[in-house]
Amino acid sequence: MNQIILEAKHVNKYFEDPVRIKVLSDVNFTINKGEFVSLTGKSGCGKSTLLYVLSTMDTAYDGEVLIDQEIMPKSNESFLAKIRNEKIGFVFQFHYLLNEFNVLENVMLPGLKLAKFTKEEIEHRAYEKLRLLDIEKLALKKANQISGGEKQRVAIARALINDPHIIMGDEPTGNLDKKNSDLVFDLFSKIVTELNQTLLIVTHDESFAERTNRIIKMEDGRIII
Amino acid sequence: MKKGILINIAKALLLARWRQTLVAATGVTFSIAMFITLLSFMSGLNDLLDGLILNRTPHVKLYNDIKPNVNQPVNDVAAFKDKHNFISSVKSDAARIAIYNSGAIMKNLDLDNRVLGFTPRLTAQIFFNNGSTEITGALNGIDPIKEAKLFHFNEYVTSGDAIDLNNESNTIILGKGLAEKLIASIGTIVQISTSNGERFQLKVIGIFQSGLKDFDDVQSYTSIKTVQKVLIKPNDYITAIDVKLKNILLAPALAKEYARVYELDAEDIQTANSQFETGSFIRTLISYAVGITLLVVAGFGIYNILNMMIFEKMDSIAILKATGFSGSDVKNIFIYIAVSIGIFGGLVGLLFGLIISSIIDQIPFVTAALPTIKTYPINYNPNFYIIGIIFSLITTYFAGWFPARKASKIDPVIIIRGK
Repeated sequence: MNQIILEAKHVNKYFEDPVRIKVLSDVNFTINKGEFVSLTGKSGCGKSTLLYVLSTMDTAYDGEVLIDQEIMPKSNESFLAKIRNEKIGFVFQFHYLLNEFNVLENVMLPGLKLAKFTKEEIEHRAYEKLRLLDIEKLALKKANQISGGEKQRVAIARALINDPHIIMGDEPTGNLDKKNSDLVFDLFSKIVTELNQTLLIVTHDESFAERTNRIIKMEDGRIII
Repeated sequence: MKKGILINIAKALLLARWRQTLVAATGVTFSIAMFITLLSFMSGLNDLLDGLILNRTPHVKLYNDIKPNVNQPVNDVAAFKDKHNFISSVKSDAARIAIYNSGAIMKNLDLDNRVLGFTPRLTAQIFFNNGSTEITGALNGIDPIKEAKLFHFNEYVTSGDAIDLNNESNTIILGKGLAEKLIASIGTIVQISTSNGERFQLKVIGIFQSGLKDFDDVQSYTSIKTVQKVLIKPNDYITAIDVKLKNILLAPALAKEYARVYELDAEDIQTANSQFETGSFIRTLISYAVGITLLVVAGFGIYNILNMMIFEKMDSIAILKATGFSGSDVKNIFIYIAVSIGIFGGLVGLLFGLIISSIIDQIPFVTAALPTIKTYPINYNPNFYIIGIIFSLITTYFAGWFPARKASKIDPVIIIRGK
């Protein structure tokens, strides 16, 4: 089943400040459902920039981005917010949990925003995700009372809450030690195999990239493999 | 559901920084409390000062002015009717100072349902004989019961009882200043003389104090019958009718109507005392200006605190936007924060305003000029409270709107990549 989830067509992007530099040049690729893709390359090659273009958060580019075979508009801010809410999950280098809420509420937040289910159902689903990632016992702790590795796992649970089409990660293991990196990688593998989830992870960690299904390598704003 | 989550986030952010929130709310509380206190006190003072004159002034006064007759005989002569006649040395005529047919006029006023009440009056210029000195004064013949009912006369009688004017003949109530000049107290007999040379002896049964010294130095009161006797006039002789209306705003129109129907002069309260309205208006304006200034200052406090909060919570805003909260959601969160500070601070402010007003209401304020006032005057008008809370909502909304708009424009990519 080769259903295309994410597609980039002739994506070009420039940075205007301080001088006009081409950071992405004619990027074309597709990602199918259930793929575990890593996007690698040297620092400054444009891999993060590409990720934010694909994430719909950065709309200053030329070309087309299709999520779930739907062209993303470049100016409808609230529509894009809805797409991110429903179809994309994010895991960043830093966890970005809200310290005012506990772990469970942090995980539930995008679900409550989507409001596809009742609050009780969302809570139930959040517990399921936490159980899947083996951090159920942290549910009622405040976000600032848990360790760095645990935080990143909570962030993964939050990315999963709305059953998105794709999860995007920007150096999700970049700030973790070897043990926690491996743990996060294992969890990613687990959600790919168990939930048939699609993952697109930006990383410069070669050992991480080598273990994924597919590697997209970038250099100077171009895809080389 | 969607609104609920935004309110929940707003609440969490508020409680996470509860000290700052409290400072912001205190600013609103302080300004609303001051606003309420200032307006209540100012307006109480306005009512007091207005009452000083307006309560005692008839809404419409019917009288015959001393003035030249407009119908000079030459104008009625057929031969000169169409001509412009120059008449020199016309003199004013005081013969018509009495109100003719006063009984019928009063009967009509009784039936007029726009009229709250009226009192007949009769004023005579007299001299008080104090040994060899003569002191000029005015003797007002009044109906003490009606005067008390319509013009609060009894409130100004500081000793004695005004009703005694009816019970005892040849009695008088003296103004405080006048009584001091005559060295008179209750029970003293004072001698008066009229311009015709008639002399009378009247017994002092009361002293009044209006608060206006010029007034208290000259005026005295007695019953209408006594003045008629002093002036040697029949008992339907009166010189003025003071009318109090149900609606004071009708006074100018009614004054014109009465002047035409009864063929006499009528003066309305607005014309007679226009300066009081101006004074009240200016005082109210100042109170509002100060109150609004305080609120605007409080608004800047909220603006600052929200700006700081947004700066601190950049990461949270970025992740909210990354996970699907739109710019307007983020904006609403911060507006909820601002407005809830406004509601909370405003309501506490109203309460404090009420407390401070009632404390001021208890502070003794004794002045010789105002015999009926014992404490500082306060007006507990509920409108001030309504205006106060509305103002606090409007200012906090705008104070929140600008930082909220800034928050809604935060680009999550810059924040997240910036790490």
